[in-house]
Amino acid sequence: MADLRCNVAGIESPNPFWLASAPPTNTGDQVMRAFDAGWGGAVWKTLGEPIVNVWSRYGAVDIEGTKMMGLNNIELITDRPLEVNLREIREVKKRYPDHALVVSLMVESDRQAWHDIVKKAQDAGADGLELNFGCPHGMSERGMGSAVGQVPQYTCQITEWVKEVATVPVLVKLTPNISDIRYAARAAKEGGADGVSLINTINSIIGLDIDTLTPTPAVNGKSSHGGYCGPAVKPIALNMVSQIGADPQTAGLPISGIGGISTWRDAVEFIALGSDTVQVCTAVMHYGFRIVEDLKEGLSNYLDQKGMTLQELKGHSLHKIHNWKELDLNYAVNARINQDKCIGCGLCYTACEDGAHQAIQAEPRVDGRTYVEVRPQDCVGCNLCSLVCPVDGCIDMVEIPNDFEPCSWEDYTERGGQLAPRPEHQ
Amino acid sequence: MSDPGVKLWCNFSDYKPGLGSNAAVAEANRCLNCYDAPCTRACPTGIDVPGFIKKIATGNMRGSARTILEANILGASCARVCPTEELCEGACVLHDLHERPIDIGRLQRYATDPVVYEDDDSPPLFEAAPENGRRVALIGAGPASLGCAAELAQLGYETVCFEKADKPGGLNTFGIADYKMTFHTALKEIEWIRQLGVEIRCGQQVGRDISVEQLRQEFDAIFIGVGLGGVDPIGIDGEDLEGVRDSLEFIAELKTHPKEEVALSGKKVAVIGGGNTAIDAVTQSARLGAERVYLVYRRGPQQMGAYKHEQELARKDGGVFVYHSQPVEILGRGNKVAGLKCIRTEHRKGKLQTVEDSEFVLHVDYVLRATGQSKLTDLFEEFPGLAIEDWGTVIADIDGRTSLKDVWAGGDCVSGGQEVVNAVAEGKRAARSIHKTLQGER
Ligand SMILES: Cc1cc2nc3c(=O)[nH]c(=O)nc-3n(C[C@H](O)[C@H](O)[C@H](O)COP(=O)(O)OP(=O)(O)OC[C@H]3O[C@@H](n4cnc5c(N)ncnc54)[C@H](O)[C@@H]3O)c2cc1C
Ligand SMILES: Cc1cc2nc3c(=O)[nH]c(=O)nc-3n(C[C@H](O)[C@H](O)[C@H](O)COP(=O)(O)O)c2cc1C
Ligand code: SF4
Ligand code: SF4
Ligand code: SF4
Repeated sequence: MADLRCNVAGIESPNPFWLASAPPTNTGDQVMRAFDAGWGGAVWKTLGEPIVNVWSRYGAVDIEGTKMMGLNNIELITDRPLEVNLREIREVKKRYPDHALVVSLMVESDRQAWHDIVKKAQDAGADGLELNFGCPHGMSERGMGSAVGQVPQYTCQITEWVKEVATVPVLVKLTPNISDIRYAARAAKEGGADGVSLINTINSIIGLDIDTLTPTPAVNGKSSHGGYCGPAVKPIALNMVSQIGADPQTAGLPISGIGGISTWRDAVEFIALGSDTVQVCTAVMHYGFRIVEDLKEGLSNYLDQKGMTLQELKGHSLHKIHNWKELDLNYAVNARINQDKCIGCGLCYTACEDGAHQAIQAEPRVDGRTYVEVRPQDCVGCNLCSLVCPVDGCIDMVEIPNDFEPCSWEDYTERGGQLAPRPEHQ
Repeated sequence: MSDPGVKLWCNFSDYKPGLGSNAAVAEANRCLNCYDAPCTRACPTGIDVPGFIKKIATGNMRGSARTILEANILGASCARVCPTEELCEGACVLHDLHERPIDIGRLQRYATDPVVYEDDDSPPLFEAAPENGRRVALIGAGPASLGCAAELAQLGYETVCFEKADKPGGLNTFGIADYKMTFHTALKEIEWIRQLGVEIRCGQQVGRDISVEQLRQEFDAIFIGVGLGGVDPIGIDGEDLEGVRDSLEFIAELKTHPKEEVALSGKKVAVIGGGNTAIDAVTQSARLGAERVYLVYRRGPQQMGAYKHEQELARKDGGVFVYHSQPVEILGRGNKVAGLKCIRTEHRKGKLQTVEDSEFVLHVDYVLRATGQSKLTDLFEEFPGLAIEDWGTVIADIDGRTSLKDVWAGGDCVSGGQEVVNAVAEGKRAARSIHKTLQGER
């Protein structure tokens, strides 16, 4: 069993799996049940001035029958009285001293208001604070949430105010609704943040009910743009997390990674790209607290198998992310079909013929299936066929050795590098 | 369930029940959408299977039904009666992934039922084309003729089916095992087909009520879709006893009567034969409450013509398979059947031979013949010059053309007995050929 204990920005946690600030952390009862189930930490549902929620508030994208590949919400911060939340936080911290209990905060952009709420959260026993500069709907109309996160100066300013009174580590939760996440992260760091957490939800309209032609979630026939999350957003989050680790100005800034994490595999990816802990919301809203058992066990087995510690995994893959111009243009691959595994469905043929480079030959087989073969001279090695093939390991992308030195676009344009020949009609 | 009528009725409930919408969409999403799909290639009517399945997944139900019915006008029947294990589902690539093949039959039913069986206000999917002034007569109103007539009607032909029975549909109406499709389900589909402008005159036997000559005078082309005849006596003593029956008659009777009227509770039945009809006679006897049902077959399990999945069903229903046994006499008590005397057979010198002194008796109350249907050669003889195989089927090419230039044929009377879907496909191909020929004459 690998040691999963970790520390993000000075906040200790028995394992890197935290509940993100969201409905699963609405109440003390939920957080305690989650800790009992095995979660290492929780970020309390954002506290602030009292708000009122609409009733109908979630919408989802189902893809080919798979439910909730993406989830969208138009919910605001906590709608429970501040005093009740603080009382429950105090109670939870008393009963679970070793778990990470972080409190998410959002108030109007006023120094005193921030000072007040920070002190209250600390008094209740919070191990850390998370500043919600990310919520893209509702709160942003009132000048909070992503309205702050989208302007680096505001991000920096409010972080500074918080740090004036904070006695526990401060994480700034970033919004992805910007053009370059690095500016937001730099601003947080400049304001004194001990770390960042990302991503918050993405601005979205989840869809329309085409019978009524009303956008969802419908509130008495109307809707509003909401925050998008769930498995479908993971690649966007991974990119943003990696950008912060790769940016010399923010490299090493502690990160709590968020966005579409449902399995331990997702967690491995976030950690390898620089996250210290990971936060989960949609997967818990879908399947409940119990998923943490597999998250922990899967990560632990993976680390044992790799002979790695959690700390060694952290950021392990960052150095493999480069600018495109540094990639080797002479590294050639081709698709190879393993005929003994092929079930003759012809999907690779359709994909390559209509969607790629017309490099696969298809012929009817006597048994009613389709015989397929790659014409190596036409294949540009794009991977598409191997992505659509329903049989694992049936299409391999194999390296085609050549006598040329590696040559990137940079080498080619600036250092007289030599390009290997490419398929003719490419 | 104390009412025996209710219990018998339950025995005949759908053995492939319809799918609910969630299940249908989930199943549709499993389909890989193969290129040049093997399932389509395995369908005699060439239904674009991935095409209709993907439309179910997107909720384009009307489009899905159109894809099916355009290829196969009896798509709703075929969804229930096709031996999909041997056809489309048997060809599904998912077998090779060690997964269940796509449930194509039930998806097809899900897509076609609303159009064929549920009256709604939406405009009809198919319509007769404006009349082109040409007339085609179809002999019989079974699947072959219906497939042909529906296609012709959509091409503007006036089509008239002459059917000797009092209800249309042929064996699709009177012969299909009742737990696959009921009599009324089959008839309702035909009502739908009639809306395309297909005329069906029941109680009109060609050669008796109307002559072949008259048809050839009044119509521009003739399609022969008469199927096969009944099961002839096998030529042993005792076949005139009460309780000896043609299995087709037995099946038609149970399909058209309340089950309690035809119950076999406490009775013992012997079915003679080894094909799919024999299997259907076994399963349905068992479901009518028979205490014991034997299937008596001359050869061994390997030689049996019935599909494996059908044999399996008969075994599950409690059928006792008596292989390598040949009936020699039906024994009676008074004028009623009391037993079936058989003799053992074996393969000797490459021939099936009886084993001396190996007679034995099965004590049964009924004997059902399922040894193969006869050919309707009397009718064929009314067509001077019509080429017939030695074994009595009509000779026709892939387009249904016979040796006579105004006569086409298809279905069981040509193939010697296949499936509903083959008959529909052959009828449809004949329609195209008739159209091409008659157009050329203009
Ligand atoms: C017991 C049994 C079970 C079967 N089960 C299945 C099954 O589960 N699935 C499947 O796909 N197939 C099944 N089949 C086969 C299928 O029913 C036939 O292949 C199909 O019905 C053939 O269609 P057809 O139009 O060629 O002939 P038929 O269905 O036999 O229709 C011929 C029609 O012509 C009429 N006719 C005959 N002579 C004349 C005349 N002189 N004048 C006017 N009308 C005439 C007949 O009354 C009949 O209505 C089964 C067959 C049998 C016997
Ligand atoms: C392989 C690939 C290459 C693309 N290249 C371009 C491009 O050259 N120019 C462009 O404007 N968009 C490009 N796109 C983006 C698409 O036009 C489109 O905006 C995007 O894929 C989102 O649409 P989707 O719903 O199909 O995923 C590309 C997308 C893919 C998948
Ligand atoms: S890798 Fe791309 S180009 Fe090569 S065969 Fe596959 S789809 Fe075609
Ligand atoms: S997609 Fe894969 S299984 Fe299907 S034909 Fe191509 S190689 Fe074979
Ligand atoms: S073979 Fe199976 S998976 Fe492929 S298209 Fe047909 S039903 Fe779908």
